[in-house]
Amino acid sequence: MRKFYTLLSREVRSYFYSPIAYVVLVFFLFLAGVDFYFQLSFMNGKPVGYSVQEAFFNSVFFWFAFVLIFPLITMRLFAEEFKLGTIEPLMTAPVRDWQVVLAKFFGALVFYLILWLPTLLYFWIFQLVTHQPAANSMGAYFGAYLMLLLLGMFYLSIGCLASTLTKNQIVAAIISFCVITLHFFSGLISFIVQEVTSSTRQLLGYFSAIEQMGTLSRGEIDTRPIVLYVSMTIVMLTLTYQAFQARKWRL
Amino acid sequence: MIKVENLTKRYAGQPAIQDLNFEVGKGEIMGFLGPNGAGKSTTMRILSSFMPPTSGRASIAGFDIFEQSLQARAHLGYMPENVPLYNDMRVTEYLDYRAALKGVPHRRVAERVGDVKELCGLKDVEKKIIGALSKGYRQRVGLADALVHEPDLLILDEPTSGLDPNQIRQVRDLIKNLGKQHTILLSTHILPEVEMTCSRVIIINRGRIEACDTPENLLGRIRTAGGVVVEAKVGNDDGAEELRKIAGVRDVTASVDGDWQIFALRVEANTDVREEVYRLASARHWTLRELSQRRATLEDVFVEITHPDEA
Ligand SMILES: Nc1ncnc2c1ncn2[C@@H]1O[C@H](COP(=O)(O)OP(=O)(O)O)[C@@H](O)[C@H]1O
Ligand SMILES: [Mg+2]
Repeated sequence: MRKFYTLLSREVRSYFYSPIAYVVLVFFLFLAGVDFYFQLSFMNGKPVGYSVQEAFFNSVFFWFAFVLIFPLITMRLFAEEFKLGTIEPLMTAPVRDWQVVLAKFFGALVFYLILWLPTLLYFWIFQLVTHQPAANSMGAYFGAYLMLLLLGMFYLSIGCLASTLTKNQIVAAIISFCVITLHFFSGLISFIVQEVTSSTRQLLGYFSAIEQMGTLSRGEIDTRPIVLYVSMTIVMLTLTYQAFQARKWRL
Repeated sequence: MIKVENLTKRYAGQPAIQDLNFEVGKGEIMGFLGPNGAGKSTTMRILSSFMPPTSGRASIAGFDIFEQSLQARAHLGYMPENVPLYNDMRVTEYLDYRAALKGVPHRRVAERVGDVKELCGLKDVEKKIIGALSKGYRQRVGLADALVHEPDLLILDEPTSGLDPNQIRQVRDLIKNLGKQHTILLSTHILPEVEMTCSRVIIINRGRIEACDTPENLLGRIRTAGGVVVEAKVGNDDGAEELRKIAGVRDVTASVDGDWQIFALRVEANTDVREEVYRLASARHWTLRELSQRRATLEDVFVEITHPDEA
């Protein structure tokens, strides 16, 4: 456990050594801020049937920022160690492969959660300034952030896997970007393809991250996405572990 | 401390090492010699559990590197070739991290890291970013890392490559000192280093062990034990031809330096032909300006073993 903690704390700190962390932070906060601003000014113009918080999590800006941060966060995880050769001192220390894989995954998750912290501030300031709640209920906050956590876990695990496959960070980023984008926007298929039957559309809807976000950010907590994303994350991490072990035989 | 049996490694079918067998006893400093691509790093990477062998077994401090890899690694301090390090960490921070990772008890980390910084001369750069260090200091950070958990055994892959002569001497002295408490396996292609530090030497070539012995015995084993240099004015004589007639001389090569001729004599082991050369020169009224013997070095052994055709 101590070794895992040692690895984890280095992973988290390593984000703040590199300029990438700050670029991601600034980029993300900028987009989130712009999103918040436009949603608010739109709502100022005319009455709408949803809350500020719902609007924030269901906009194009948000989606755009969202799918882009995962490749940026995860691309260097394994690829950089392979490239620099630091994998050699790392794996010749008495640590187990799974400890390294989990430390890298949770390190990325911690950084991801740190990214989100400031957005809580937006809603708090909104309430402070307008004396109106930003969401319809506490459950809506909980739902939205739960969805962020679930989807974040899954997409970070995809990024981990991509990063074990190559020593080139750019290649890792492109692989994970393609897979994540494909998954995230696959929910839009039901809007584009008009001919599909309503039951197919409903099935697609279960797997559609965008629709799940819509549901959860209204505060309707659904256990199906929880089970779905937790199990898909476990599958991805198992694959990452396998790919990471396979490197030994590829050498 | 190290036991290697029939170790073989193939990269995509291409053998890098074949059927290696050797042992390193407690307290030995074993030199691992061989030209580039001989398989030194491959062997060391297998011993450090970084990659598995294709076949064969090995153990470190009694732990099988495959079945008890974690214990084997805990007893081993390994410094990889070219010393890969996290460039964005600071020296002390990195060593603290490595100490914790290698299981140094929490309350002893500061003491151990302080000790190895002292030992490896890192005190004056302890707060620097590793990426800003010179090659010599990076090498020392790698060495400090290998030592931080007080391993019984050190495996150092080319610890002096890329250093300047002064740094080489410092690292060599350091290793020699470490040899008092540790068992060491170190690879190199710088030969004087081995002659001065190692108690035994393995010479490896094209993935096979060609020789394994003490440096003295290896020197005794080679066919030519060095040579004699003669610089003389020989007039109209064919100097090379005359010198070749001396018993014990195997071969003579001549070159010209103005009026002077320079002869390089290759002689049989354990013979001294200088007296004969002097007698010849005075009989022929040659003017001598140099007559010196060069002792055989491990370099000769190395060349003879790894390039038998040119020897
Ligand atoms: N990752 C690798 N993939 C394929 N071949 C390799 C790899 N690493 C080393 N080799 C080959 O194995 C042989 C031994 O290499 P190495 O152990 O690095 O030699 P040394 O350290 O003695 O210079 C060389 O022929 C080298 O080309
Ligand atoms: Mg090598």
